[in-house]
Amino acid sequence: MILSVEELTFLYRNREVLDEIVFTIDAGEIVAILGPNGVGKTTLLKCLNRILRPKTGVVNLDGEDLSRLNLMDIARRVGYVPQRVETGRLTAFDAVLLGRRPHIGWDVTEHDLRIVDAVFHRLSMDALRLSYIDEMSGGEIQKVAIARALVQEPKVLLLDEPTSNLDLKNQVEILSTIVQIVRQHTIAAVMTMHDLNQALRYADRFIFLKDGRVHSHGDRGIVTPDAIRDVYGVPVEVVTHKGVLLVVPIA
Amino acid sequence: MHFADGAIPADYLGYVRRKHLWILGGIVLLFVLLIVSIAVGAVNIPPYDVLLSLVNGIVARVNAFIHPGAAIRVSNTDLIVWNIRLPQALAAIVAGVGLSVAGVAMQSILRNPLGSPYTLGISNAGAFGAAVSVILLGTGQMHSTVADAVTLNNPYLTTIVAFIFCLLATAVILLISRIRGSSPEVMVLAGVALSSLFSAGTMFLQYFADDTQLAAVVFWTFGDVGRINWQELGIMTVVVVAATIFFLANRWNYNSIDAGDETAKGLGVNVERVRNVGMIVAALVSAVIVSFLGVIGFVGLVCPHMARRIIGDDQRYLIPGSCVTGGVLLLASDTIARVIVAPYILPVAVITAFMGAPIFIYLLLRGYRR
Repeated sequence: MILSVEELTFLYRNREVLDEIVFTIDAGEIVAILGPNGVGKTTLLKCLNRILRPKTGVVNLDGEDLSRLNLMDIARRVGYVPQRVETGRLTAFDAVLLGRRPHIGWDVTEHDLRIVDAVFHRLSMDALRLSYIDEMSGGEIQKVAIARALVQEPKVLLLDEPTSNLDLKNQVEILSTIVQIVRQHTIAAVMTMHDLNQALRYADRFIFLKDGRVHSHGDRGIVTPDAIRDVYGVPVEVVTHKGVLLVVPIA
Repeated sequence: MHFADGAIPADYLGYVRRKHLWILGGIVLLFVLLIVSIAVGAVNIPPYDVLLSLVNGIVARVNAFIHPGAAIRVSNTDLIVWNIRLPQALAAIVAGVGLSVAGVAMQSILRNPLGSPYTLGISNAGAFGAAVSVILLGTGQMHSTVADAVTLNNPYLTTIVAFIFCLLATAVILLISRIRGSSPEVMVLAGVALSSLFSAGTMFLQYFADDTQLAAVVFWTFGDVGRINWQELGIMTVVVVAATIFFLANRWNYNSIDAGDETAKGLGVNVERVRNVGMIVAALVSAVIVSFLGVIGFVGLVCPHMARRIIGDDQRYLIPGSCVTGGVLLLASDTIARVIVAPYILPVAVITAFMGAPIFIYLLLRGYRR
């Protein structure tokens, strides 16, 4: 178990957004947080690296209580890819190098440069190294953001809708790369997702949120027509196509 | 998780080296400009003599420091160089560096390309402070001759009151953003509102001032590096150097904030604190410069953008690049201001925009350097 969340509650202007969230994640696992817009998926993700401070509850990261760590300590353990990243006039290499921020003192070392270089190679982005990110496509920028989180050398990777701006090719490429890296380095990834089929394809475990609470939590078995109708209010069928589970809304 | 099997990419190192060369080139240009600036004026001094006077002067001063009582021999050239032109030229460099570095930090902290000491109301607050001092506290008057037309009876009081109002403006901006959360939009809009408020206040005071006071206030607001003495230059230099080191130490934080607040938080940056402390330091350095020299607009806003067009947005290069650009622009402007309508000497603030605006528009049209 690399991450455990106990009784997490989050208030926004005294309104309860998340209520007694409980779940655990093992190393080498990919978890999809699912649920309708505005249910608190992103909020939950931000509570996991203390971008937001939960009102109550404990987030335990590899045996350490997150509330006892400072932001920089957390950033050495948790990488975060937000939905939106800003671009400026700097090269992809420098943009990714920024991910070493939690590890560097006054200046970067050769070690930092080597790590960045390796991640560029790993994500097949070598050709982009000296491209300026303000001239890049949405897919390339997303890759830069993911690379930036990877050079943090995190134990847990948090991704907020990692494929929302991407075309089909980039979606497949990025998600399968994340799966490979999570398995290979036995880290964990938590992603918020809208596309249930994508979640079924790439995630190992699923957390359905409804009204700020965990509706259900488990492996593929919990992704049932009943659960989906309950959470999204949409009637669906779950069918198997060539061994792949597919969620099909009933018109 | 380990990714240490990468190589050190040669193309990237070459890229970094080019950035450093640009900055180095800028520093060399600044030094050449310093010599030229000291050389030209009512009495032209050959650049070689300027260099000689500078070197001899430094040696003599160090010597006098080691052996107290040793006399410093001074020629007429030395007098002009050391008492008149050098402090003025250095003041232009220091003020240019300070305003520009404050501007680049504000633009990053506020995530707004219009961030600068001028747009955030700090300059206008200083001008209002000077007006209060001159008109209400009676610290200024005007003679009838052209040279030394205006005397501020008590320049220190004027400086201090201006400084207090600069800090007051900053305090109000920070207070508002504390109540509303440190969002960049709130800070920028509060600054714009304060800026208008203070310029309205200045107009109000000017309306009721007599003509000598009015002249003194207007004279004060024309930013001029010629009014500084060695001691004030010393104070300004210490503040500007300290602030520049502070901003450089925060360059990774500013880079993180440039990538978005959420990215920055994910990288362990305490965004609110970096924002507030950065604002205080930027405001402090602007306040010191404005109080000593008056309002010099444009430099703080535009020099960072000039540097961006040449060197990019990475704060590691942008901060030193902006410092150099600010120093070069203000020194060049001041040199021109001293000679363009000789024997009259214009205040530098008049020239900065004349010089800077066309260069800046050219850079805007040309876009970024490849």
